[in-house]
Amino acid sequence: MVYTFDGTMDGLLTAVFDAFERHEQPEALLTTGDALPLFCERMHEVVTDETRAQRVWTGLEKRLSREALRLITVSWLSEMQELNNPLFMYIFKTFQQPAEKPSIERNFADPDVLSVTNIARKVLHEQLRMKQFVRFQKAKDGTYLAVVSPDHNVLPLIIDHFADRFRDQPWMIYDAHRHYGYYYEGSGHPVRITFENESEVPFSLSDGKLNDDVLSNDDHLFQDLWRTYFKAICIRERINPRKQLSDMPRRYWKYMTEKQ
Amino acid sequence: MLTDSTLERLRILAESAKYDVSCSSSGTVRRGKQGMVGNTVGGVGICHSFADDGRCISLLKVMLTNYCMYDCAYCVNRRSNDIKRATLSVSELVSITMEFYRRNYIEGLFLSSGVVRNPDYTMERLVAIVRDLRTVHGFNGYIHLKSIPGASRELLNEAGLYADRMSVNIEIPREESLKLLAPEKDHQSVFQPMKLIQQGVLENKEDRRRYRHAPRFVPAGQSTQMIVGATQDSDRDILTMSSALYGQPTIRRVYYSGYISVNTYDSRLPVLKQPPLVRENRLYQADWLLRFYHFKVEEIVDDLHPNLDLELDPKLAWALRHPEAFPIDINTADYEWLLRVPGLGTKSAWLIINARRSCRLTSEHLKKMGVVMKKAKYFITCHELTASTLQPLRGINELSPERLRPLLISPRQQRLAEQEKQLTLNFDD
Repeated sequence: MVYTFDGTMDGLLTAVFDAFERHEQPEALLTTGDALPLFCERMHEVVTDETRAQRVWTGLEKRLSREALRLITVSWLSEMQELNNPLFMYIFKTFQQPAEKPSIERNFADPDVLSVTNIARKVLHEQLRMKQFVRFQKAKDGTYLAVVSPDHNVLPLIIDHFADRFRDQPWMIYDAHRHYGYYYEGSGHPVRITFENESEVPFSLSDGKLNDDVLSNDDHLFQDLWRTYFKAICIRERINPRKQLSDMPRRYWKYMTEKQ
Repeated sequence: MLTDSTLERLRILAESAKYDVSCSSSGTVRRGKQGMVGNTVGGVGICHSFADDGRCISLLKVMLTNYCMYDCAYCVNRRSNDIKRATLSVSELVSITMEFYRRNYIEGLFLSSGVVRNPDYTMERLVAIVRDLRTVHGFNGYIHLKSIPGASRELLNEAGLYADRMSVNIEIPREESLKLLAPEKDHQSVFQPMKLIQQGVLENKEDRRRYRHAPRFVPAGQSTQMIVGATQDSDRDILTMSSALYGQPTIRRVYYSGYISVNTYDSRLPVLKQPPLVRENRLYQADWLLRFYHFKVEEIVDDLHPNLDLELDPKLAWALRHPEAFPIDINTADYEWLLRVPGLGTKSAWLIINARRSCRLTSEHLKKMGVVMKKAKYFITCHELTASTLQPLRGINELSPERLRPLLISPRQQRLAEQEKQLTLNFDD
């Protein structure tokens, strides 16, 4: 038995609902449009249903700790295809587990629990990297802009941090890869934004640089100071590119002032 | 405010500050505050960049001035050195810190200074900067402040209200060696300010018990550093000092800085062709064992082994000296004993403790959890048929430590250790 779904979180939760309704355990969960396995006799197309999805999620809230629920949400932001099957099985098994037994969330001998946990860890690792490597430039109007293109969809995980830290300055962090960002106007909550015509934004999507006519006058000075500092703090007798690359992989460099 | 020469002076003062290895922004959680900019995240802090030497850049590490009245042999800023000297003004430092912070370049400021005129005069100027940052500019990020040995208690007490962390460097673990290299200093001059800060923290804890809103005093505690390889002090001298310091309630971190030959003309110092980086790394590993792995210093270094093995990490070295402790059964051993297994860290030990409640673990499970089986397999037993190919029938006791040792050293580790032994043997003895 193979299930196909639309690739959304609600779709995946609906798939779990369907599996219990139909009293069966699918061998695989595929996204609509994926190549089907060679010997695929029976198929079920999951039709995403918000009510069903919500019922499954409410059930999860009763069976799992808040920490485990958060890990599930976080793992979903990975946007990795490889997550679908382990996550489906993790949720499926959670409902199979008799109520009197402890939840499976910490059974790391279970390959599905371990996979979901490891994928969530990867996402959390990258959200930390965004907190490290986001670089703002100041525009003439006082807004601070940063462009990123993380492997996973981590913006939702980091905006609270930036809103708390830079609460008195307007800022925008834009994901060039996913074509959306968050704008914070200096008070209140950051809001999600997209541009109708991305080609007209006053910054480059490939290196994040603000156009010169909107860049604030002293920004070049502080960028130079920062690059100077970056070079000066290095001890030349200890040059160690191997360690530098493992802690700051090259794919993040293109938006980083000190490496531009 | 900023002039053309600011750039050059920032360069000089960063170069002068870079041998201080501490850079972490750890140890205190403070949410953002209305009307201020910044917060601190706690945990291990945030590293914002990594320099070409692979070291993390978390704080703007800079000196207020690199003029200094002392002449400590190991220090690049000693008064007899012919280097460029510079000073940053209060407004320059404040402006650079704030602007760097707002661009997310840094977590905060790590400020130190050469000693000019006298300790109190220097300390006063350091305090003026952090006071300005906190009270005038609303800076709520991380501040690490060097305390100047010999500064008055009143100044340290005020500094502690603005700084998250304060530090005084011991630099040389044995007092005889310190006096040889820095005749103007002794251990007392380091321990005195440490004690004062500690008193301040403990009194502050009392105050906060009574008045919940009493301002916090050095909430991220103290750190210190020791230079490695500038004297003949052994790893045992260094680690015994570290262990004693960690016994104090406010010392959070001890850093180790492989000596870089900055003052080659001084015959009291060894001439090293390269800094002892492998040794420094082994010391950090030993430090980790003290802090997170429940090791005692006597287990890591003793009379027979006053220095750490360069080819092996100290946990593996301990395991090879203690075959009688193994094998350890993964399915029953306490957390403390799991931590003693080479190839198994705090993360995998935690995964194991949780997973084994549900089923008996096999080496296949361990592999998936990220245990380094290449090392661990000689030291453990788990639920397995003895015929399994994954678990060798021959553990440390069957093989004997002597025959096991070469199997556990990678060619790269061996090469680096060999190189370091050759290039750093420079004492005339």
